[in-house]
Amino acid sequence: MQPMALWKRILILLICAWGIVGAVPNLFYGRVERHNDAAAAIEAAGGTSSAEQAADLAEWPEFLPSALVNLGLDLRGGAHLLAEVRVEDVYKTRIDALWPEVRDALRDLRDQVGSVRRAPSPDDVLRVSIEKPAGMATALEAVNGLNDSVVSLTGVGESTLDITAEGNEIVIQLSEAEKQATDNRTMQQSLEIIRRRIDEVGTREPTIQRQGQDRILIQVPGIGSAAELKALIGTTAQLTFNAVAPGGRTTNAAAQPGPRQAILPSMDEEGVYYIVEETPVVTGEELVDAQPSFDQNGQPAVSFRFDTTGARKFGDYTAANIGAPFAIVLDNEVISAPVIQSHIPGGSGQLAVLLRAGALPAEMNFLEERTIGPELGADSIAAGRMAALVGMVCVIVYLIACYGMFGLFANIALAINIALILAVLSAIGATLTLPGIAGIVLTMGMAVDANVLIFERMREELRAGANPRRAMEQGFDRAFSAIMDSNVTGLLTAVIMFWLGSGAVRGFAVTLGLGILTSMFTAVYVTRLIVESYLDAKRPKAIVV
Amino acid sequence: MAWRLRLVPEKTNIDFFRIQWVTFGASIAMMIASVILIITMGLNFGIDFRGGTTIRTESTSAVDVGAYREALGTLELGDVSISEVFDPSFGPERHVAMIRISARDGEEAVTPQVIAEVEAALQAVDPSITFPAVESVGPKVSQELVTSALLAVLAGTVGILFYVWVRFEWQFAVGTVAALIHDVLVTVGIFVLFQIKFDLTIVAALLTILGYSVNDTVVIFDRLRENLAKYKQMPLREMMNLTANETLSRTIMTASTTLISLVVLLIFGGDVIRGFVFAMLLGVILGTYSTLYMAKNIVLMLGVDRGDKPKKSDKGEYANVDA
Repeated sequence: MQPMALWKRILILLICAWGIVGAVPNLFYGRVERHNDAAAAIEAAGGTSSAEQAADLAEWPEFLPSALVNLGLDLRGGAHLLAEVRVEDVYKTRIDALWPEVRDALRDLRDQVGSVRRAPSPDDVLRVSIEKPAGMATALEAVNGLNDSVVSLTGVGESTLDITAEGNEIVIQLSEAEKQATDNRTMQQSLEIIRRRIDEVGTREPTIQRQGQDRILIQVPGIGSAAELKALIGTTAQLTFNAVAPGGRTTNAAAQPGPRQAILPSMDEEGVYYIVEETPVVTGEELVDAQPSFDQNGQPAVSFRFDTTGARKFGDYTAANIGAPFAIVLDNEVISAPVIQSHIPGGSGQLAVLLRAGALPAEMNFLEERTIGPELGADSIAAGRMAALVGMVCVIVYLIACYGMFGLFANIALAINIALILAVLSAIGATLTLPGIAGIVLTMGMAVDANVLIFERMREELRAGANPRRAMEQGFDRAFSAIMDSNVTGLLTAVIMFWLGSGAVRGFAVTLGLGILTSMFTAVYVTRLIVESYLDAKRPKAIVV
Repeated sequence: MAWRLRLVPEKTNIDFFRIQWVTFGASIAMMIASVILIITMGLNFGIDFRGGTTIRTESTSAVDVGAYREALGTLELGDVSISEVFDPSFGPERHVAMIRISARDGEEAVTPQVIAEVEAALQAVDPSITFPAVESVGPKVSQELVTSALLAVLAGTVGILFYVWVRFEWQFAVGTVAALIHDVLVTVGIFVLFQIKFDLTIVAALLTILGYSVNDTVVIFDRLRENLAKYKQMPLREMMNLTANETLSRTIMTASTTLISLVVLLIFGGDVIRGFVFAMLLGVILGTYSTLYMAKNIVLMLGVDRGDKPKKSDKGEYANVDA
């Protein structure tokens, strides 16, 4: 059999080198983290840095890799929430907003349908009874005029409302397609609002994910408690519609606003400020609905609708101020300041920006909440580190005692294995949890298995009288089938754990699975490279495994 | 010859079947005992599976479970369990306890008021108390977690059954899976017996046990397959003994390195993952035992088809490299 090809040797060495270099930043976790934070802050500020940031940046050389393993909540401390969004809440809001429109539409047909009443119904259904059942066809036609087509990717061509007649009652409810589209919108808005509020606090790497149909997973490292996080999510951003003072658009940040006026920065345009009246015309509380749609030019927009009082105020204001700009202000930043083109009577209109404001569209139930204090996380890291170190020393001593020099070879492979696990975890941005650390420590024990199989085989071959070179080749080749089979089954369980598990279990599955893959590489290829190189260099007459 | 630490002599000739009815009977008895224990005593489920709240407390003064219980008694919390946690790393100035409050019926969300009340009541008993971790799981999620955990263990078992069946023969698959069920069942039984908290991480441990145990079994089967091709005439029982003796050194070696890592984790890994590590430890010991005394026995009982026709798998690319 041929010795290992040169390209193979080089490839193996390259992978090992990559693993070691990639794992190094994790040994200097605090430093590299400060470096990364400073780099991100400087980038966000457009290249300017403070002295403090520059000092942090200098703590870690730029030419070295700086990817780190993410520490899970159980190691870093923080809060975890699993929230269920009550998407049905929105149906009620929509139905309630629909009633005045239906009433107005039927009022014009009073002579045919008679008087109109809202009949009792579940929250997500609107039942309207008409006095003269003979006019039902006309009434249905009129109500159908309110029907729209669903704005979504899948619901094309379907209408938003299911309108049927039952006796003298018109039954109106949201169609299935519209319900789905509404759910999606509710989830997107909820996610967006939560993200915005958490970003405002500026914590590091929060996780905000949609899970399944109507759930949101929120993990925020470094926050004091789940209750604090809930309070944060619950705070409503302030949305107001304010009048812009004459000549209120300025690039001078130091401009003096008049009495009862305020100067606010623009959200999108750098260096632009608006001087607005402090008393808003309408506030976000008077907004009943906001949803994505398209404006008359086919551009994406957000349609919004006010409640009765809001609509009246808005209508009056726009009628009186045609040609003047008004500012849409969110948390003291001007989102947009369109010029009023005409009187907007119905109290509805379109914003050419994403409306990220207002209260959450629907209430949330919290199904799961966990708070882990930073001290507990630090304890866990210390414990994990201690266990890893002691475990490593024990395994090293044990292997050398059992296999002598070959034990040393296996130890080198093991060290490279752990470096590779850390490097890959850093590179893919995986999260390391406490069970994950246990997974790594466990891998140290189990990764040795492949080497043990090989060495035991080599011993057998040597006993049978093979020369060192042949014993090595036989040992590696014959053990391979068993190594393969045992690792595939291990990998199988890791995949299942990842697929069905959640949170900490997933973290464990990732490190375990990775550990299996890297240990196969190090045990089979790295050890073989070392043993071959040794045999080539020394050409011993006899070896003892 | 250089000195080597050897747990197993170079050449062993142990008859693993000599007391097979004792060992096999013991295994069956343990499995039955586990099932009975699970049914009668029930698992001590953590909040992951039962819903509820756990609060970890830490204090510089000693934990007085009675005083804690008294302080919480007035709050009408329903089922409350308080246990002190010990760890060698704590030292004399750190006293940790876990308080578990069961979920109340029909309460989906966890009320922060209740947690605040509990914390206030405990602070009244012991002003130095802090709460490093508070975790709540609603009954809805815990139901789903139970389902997905059962599904995970089931899927793991089926996946392994299928893989071993494809790679070897069906008899081997049955033997492997019987050994797996034995390992997992007895581990769970021991958790019931000592009423150790059973939560999501324990399920992860059970799955890892599946992986480890099957690894062990497969290595022996792999060797057995090789020997089946090599010694056509040897009786199956003898051949199994030969195989087990040949691989014994490796079996013990791997088990001992894994056990070393686990014992280190058990001592130094902190109390948070102690249950997890303990489950793994049991699993490795049981897995090694069931490999030697359970999986092979079942294959022997079922018999192996040793027709003269050469088996496809014996001509695998790794098997005959020295030909």
